[in-house]
Amino acid sequence: MHAVMVLLLTLPLAAALACLRAPLRAAGPLTAACGVVCFSLVIALVPAAAHGSLGYLRVLRVDAVSAVFLLATGFLYAIVAIYSIGYLGAGHGSRARRARQFWVGLNLFAWAMLVAPMMSNLALLWVAVEVTTVISALLVAIEDTNGAAEAAWKYVLLASAGLGLALLATIFAYYAGAHVLGQSYDLGFTQLLTVASHLPRAAVQLAFVLAVLGYGTKMGLVPVHTWLPDAHSEAPTPVSALLSGSLLAVSFYAILRFYQVAVAALGPTFPRGVLLAFGIASLLLAALYLFGQRDIKRLLAYSSVEHMGILAIGVSFGAPAALAGVLLHVLGHAAAKANAFMGAGVFVRKFGTKRIDAIRGGLDLLPWSGPLFLLAIFALGAMPPFGIFRSEFEIVAGGLSSGNYATAAFLIIAVTVAFFGVAASATRMLMLPAGRLRDRPARQLVTAGSAAATAGRPAGTAPAGTAPAGAAPAGAGPTLGRGEPSAWMVVPVALGLLALLVLGLHPPAELTDLFSRAVGILSGRAS
Amino acid sequence: MPGIAAAAVAAPSALSGGADVIAVGVLLAEFGMFRQALLRDQVRLYAAQSALISVLAVVVAATRHLPDLYALAALSFALKAVIVPVVLRRLLRGIGAIGGDPRWSDIAGSHALSVASAVLVAIAVAAFGFFTVAALGIRSPVLPATALSVSVAVILVAFVLMIVRRDVVSQAIGFLSLENGVSLTALVVAAGLPLILEVAFLFDLLVAVVVFGLLIRVHHGRAESMSTADLTSLRG
Repeated sequence: MHAVMVLLLTLPLAAALACLRAPLRAAGPLTAACGVVCFSLVIALVPAAAHGSLGYLRVLRVDAVSAVFLLATGFLYAIVAIYSIGYLGAGHGSRARRARQFWVGLNLFAWAMLVAPMMSNLALLWVAVEVTTVISALLVAIEDTNGAAEAAWKYVLLASAGLGLALLATIFAYYAGAHVLGQSYDLGFTQLLTVASHLPRAAVQLAFVLAVLGYGTKMGLVPVHTWLPDAHSEAPTPVSALLSGSLLAVSFYAILRFYQVAVAALGPTFPRGVLLAFGIASLLLAALYLFGQRDIKRLLAYSSVEHMGILAIGVSFGAPAALAGVLLHVLGHAAAKANAFMGAGVFVRKFGTKRIDAIRGGLDLLPWSGPLFLLAIFALGAMPPFGIFRSEFEIVAGGLSSGNYATAAFLIIAVTVAFFGVAASATRMLMLPAGRLRDRPARQLVTAGSAAATAGRPAGTAPAGTAPAGAAPAGAGPTLGRGEPSAWMVVPVALGLLALLVLGLHPPAELTDLFSRAVGILSGRAS
Repeated sequence: MPGIAAAAVAAPSALSGGADVIAVGVLLAEFGMFRQALLRDQVRLYAAQSALISVLAVVVAATRHLPDLYALAALSFALKAVIVPVVLRRLLRGIGAIGGDPRWSDIAGSHALSVASAVLVAIAVAAFGFFTVAALGIRSPVLPATALSVSVAVILVAFVLMIVRRDVVSQAIGFLSLENGVSLTALVVAAGLPLILEVAFLFDLLVAVVVFGLLIRVHHGRAESMSTADLTSLRG
């Protein structure tokens, strides 16, 4: 198993280096192959992680909780890499340079997100999360539009400032531990957990609140979520999928580690109260913002804020069923949100705009992506038989069993409201007849940001991400034919739906074992 | 607690007095950056602030016999007082913000509030941080608790700086000085933090500076200015 951990640590780096040198045609398949291999490696780790923690060289440690987050990242790495092959298409001229940067960045981004849950101490965890920030900020900026530059700047500034607070939290956690463990120790969270009952309370409280605020900035908890809709909407679609499905989850993982220490040191009331407050604010605000969104990717971004709120509330319930639901929700949200973003990416490519009111007749014009997108939206809205239905059911059941009736009721209502918000926009895009587009002037089809920048340029010089390669006439006129831009952009969505079905109908026994082990860890019964 | 009361009455030792002076110096540098009108001087102040923190690290290393801290002080001086300012200055010169067009080097007008009210806000926030942390009763074995309160004040002023200055370089400097404030906190409450972790933090900072630099270039290339006033198209 140690070899597997080392491979997970090195393979994406090697792929990034190879993408620097290899012919551009090979970069995509290479990245996709690396993603698939990494996902298989994570799966190979699951049975061992379900029975105990794996440590290596003092800095690497994988237990059941980290394995859940590794699964989410590994899966998305594989399917997003496959999707990106279709998204970028063949590159020429200055597009080729951007495409190469994209592939290198994608591998590095996935690498950083795989490293973070494998770190055995809070300091290196912080370093890994900060690395994910800087790499993803460059990926957000890669499309070279005004919107992308603005979003990337806001993202890197807010996320770095938030992580400054998370660093302060790490320092105070160190201070708390130093009282018991001596002035020089590694800051490993297992070390902190073993001495948790002797830690000074004020320092642990301070560290936990700062950690929730700091990592919460990257996780997208209201009120520190403001970078999130901008970055998700302006980034290239594959990056949006990774940001939403995996990056937010990695920050949530960091919060969970602080939560473990805080519960062991302070008892459950204080940490759960903090998470409940942030969770309710996120869920409520996001559910309301989902109405009236005009940009399809911003809509999905607010849906991410909503789901992060659900995760925070689920942890605050504290019941084993709710914690199991939270962990399943991490996987379900990763697959469903990535699916929705990738589906939306096909629409953006086909119609040449991100504006919801300019996308019509999706079910007619996109024979595969239309229905798949509809299913992804249903999965996201917790419709049975998909995984999120099961996870939200478990969270609500956990809330009821732990006596949090009001919060559980609020959760059900807010989730339903959010579903209507997303479904209203999605059904307009899919169901309304495409003919209505002819009433609109052609320029309205083009968004002010990314599409406008590409529409005026010859195809050869357009930035890689936004260039409507397969559907070049899409931005120019409303007469769209029936057909998919690329098969590479359909298969990953189908794979994601398959995963959601498996999670919803019958999770494999190994996964159930993993969840029960992780729930034991999070409620302090196992290590 | 009589022990604490006695310590508060007794005259401070040379060490704790000196440490407090350096910490206050860091805070003053932060205020200097806060109201600085020229990019070049802002970068200089950042270098001075970083140098002060390295000096404090040497003081702690010498008096508390923590040899690791000498190495940390040297590394952090090399990185934060030399390399980062040099990288920033080269970047700014490269896009004409230093020694070029005065429209870009002068950031006096980037305050969202008037300078006087902004400074008043910063003083209020700093005082809030100073007294709040003092009330938490976090005591450090190596440095006086006053230094901790000052470091939290530095962090809060850095936040105010990022909020009220509307140009990309000030905001980046705000983040870097925020990190300086955290380093000061770390010296007070976590002086024994293993060197390898500190090195990881510093390396991470270097990566962040490079990325900030790249994004400043991107911003400058598109907006033809340092101002963030036009970064308002994404809303809702």
